[in-house]
Amino acid sequence: MSGLRLTLRQIGYENRAFWRNPAAAFFTFAFPLLFMAIFNVLFGERAAGFFTPAIIVFGVVTATYTNLAMMVTIARDAGVLKRIRGTPLPAWIYLGGKIGHSVAIAFLLVVIVAAFGTLAYGVDVPWGGLPAMLLVLVVAAATFSALGLAVSGLIPNADAAPAVVNATILPVLFISNVFVQMEAAPRWLDTVSHLLPVRHFADAMMELYASGAAAGVPWTELGVIALWGVIGVVGALRFFSWEPRG
Amino acid sequence: MNEPAIELRGLRKSYGPLEAVRGIDLRVERGEVFALLGPNGAGKTTTVEILEGHRRRTAGDVSVLGHDPGRNERALKERVGIVLQQTGVDEYLTVREVVEMVAGYYPRPRDIDEVLDLTGMADQASQRVKKLSGGQKRRVDLAVALAGDPELLFLDEPTTGFDPSARRQAWETLRGLARLGKTIFLTTHFMDEAQALADRLAVIANGTIVASGSADELIGAVNATTRIRFRLPEAVELPDTFGARREVSAWEIETDEPTRTLHELTEWALGAPAELIDLEVSRRSLEDVYLELTAAVAEA
Repeated sequence: MSGLRLTLRQIGYENRAFWRNPAAAFFTFAFPLLFMAIFNVLFGERAAGFFTPAIIVFGVVTATYTNLAMMVTIARDAGVLKRIRGTPLPAWIYLGGKIGHSVAIAFLLVVIVAAFGTLAYGVDVPWGGLPAMLLVLVVAAATFSALGLAVSGLIPNADAAPAVVNATILPVLFISNVFVQMEAAPRWLDTVSHLLPVRHFADAMMELYASGAAAGVPWTELGVIALWGVIGVVGALRFFSWEPRG
Repeated sequence: MNEPAIELRGLRKSYGPLEAVRGIDLRVERGEVFALLGPNGAGKTTTVEILEGHRRRTAGDVSVLGHDPGRNERALKERVGIVLQQTGVDEYLTVREVVEMVAGYYPRPRDIDEVLDLTGMADQASQRVKKLSGGQKRRVDLAVALAGDPELLFLDEPTTGFDPSARRQAWETLRGLARLGKTIFLTTHFMDEAQALADRLAVIANGTIVASGSADELIGAVNATTRIRFRLPEAVELPDTFGARREVSAWEIETDEPTRTLHELTEWALGAPAELIDLEVSRRSLEDVYLELTAAVAEA
C-alpha cells in the first residue's frame, strides 16, 4: 500500500475508535458550544462577533494540542506505540493518522461552532475572508498538533497527562484574547502573549471574522504560528518516546 | 539456506554502571524453537528487545535474518512477529479490526480467519478488545504478531499469568506454529515450558549464558542423572553403602549408574527381606539442573 493510502486507512481506524467512546466524542463537541452559550449569557449577542472566532480558536487548540498530547501519552504508556514500532508501518504514517484525525475533528468543530454562531446569534459568515481563514486554520492545526506531540514527550506518565496539558495551555488561552480581552493588560503581559502562538491565531481569526476579505492575508500572524510549528516538530523529534514510562 | 535465523556474538548491554548483559553468544537455526531461560532480572528481556530492535546494544555483533536489528529497517520488520511482555492494542477496536489493521502493514499477510483460528480467537472476532479477559488479550497479541505471516517469531514470557489450562492451550498453538516451519525465539522463567516447547535452550543468569543445548543435553551434562526413590517397611534400615538420603519417610539415591545401583538395591531387598515400597526411578528434571546452574551463579 502507498504511504497516502496507509495514512488514510489509519485515519479510518482512529475515527472508528474515536466514535466508540461516545462520552468523549460528545463532550469534544459539546464543550465549545457550552462556552458559547455561557459567553452569550454573560456578554450578550453583540459580543458574538468576538466570541465566535474565539471559540473556534479554543476548539482547534483543544482538538489538536490537548487531544493529541493526552491520547499519545496514554497510547505510549499502554504499550500501543511500542507495539506499532515493531511492525513495518513507518512511524510517520502512524503519527500522521493520529494528526490527520485530530485535524479532521478540529475542522468539523470549526464548522459546527461557526454555524452555531450564525444560526443562534446572527454572526455574519465572512465569506470573503474564507480562503485566508482556511490557510490560518491549516497552519494553526498543524502547529498545535506538532506541539502536542512534543509535549507528550515531556509528560512522565499517563496519569500526569491532564495536569501537564492543562497547565501548559489554559494560562496561554487566558492571555491570548480568547477568553478575556487583552486591552487592559499590562504591557509586559501583552508582550509575552505576542511571543506565543495562540495570540496570533486568535487575532488573525478575529480580524478575518470582523473584516472579511478586507483583512487580507495575515502574514505576520501566520509567520509566528509557523515558527512555533517548527519548534513543535523539532521538540517532537527530540523528546518523543515510543517506550512506556512510569 | 545455511544462514542462521539469529546470531549473536559478544553481545553486551549496560544501563549506566549496571551491566545487564555481559557478553552473550547465541545461534538459532531456521525452523528451530529456541528458549532463553532464566530468572527475573537475568537479562532475558534486554536480550530479546535488542533482537527485536527495541533497544540499542552497547557492544557485540547481532544478526537477525541477515539484518542488524539496530538499524530499524522495514525489510526486517516485514519478516518478524513480536509478542511483547505487555499487551498494547487499541481497546476500542474489535479483535478482527485490530488484526486486519496490522495485516495491512505487511506485504504478504496471512489470511485473517486463519490467524483467528490459529490463536483460538475466531469466536471473539467481533468483540471489542476492551471487553476481553487478560488471557484473551494475550491471544490477540499473538494474533497481531502472526498477522504478517512472519518467518521468525519473538515471544517474551508468553504465558506469564496464565492458568494451567490456558498455558497448555498456548503451548499447542506454538507447537502448531513450529510445525508450519516458523523459527520461534521465546523467553521464559518456566522450566517446564522450555522443556515442552524448545528444540534447544540456553540458561541465562546474571547477564551470561551458563549452559545451552537441548533439554536432554543439559540434564545429561550434570552427573548423577538418575534418581531412585522408595520407602521401606518400619524398622528396616538401609545400609550406608548406598549413599542414600533420608527424606521424611522416603529414601532417595542419586546415581549415574542406574543399572548397577538398582541391581544392588533389589538384591539387598530380596535378602533382607524388605519390600521397596512405591519404588520410583526418574531422570533428574530440567528444573533441578536449572536451579543448580542459576544458584551457582548467584553465589559467585
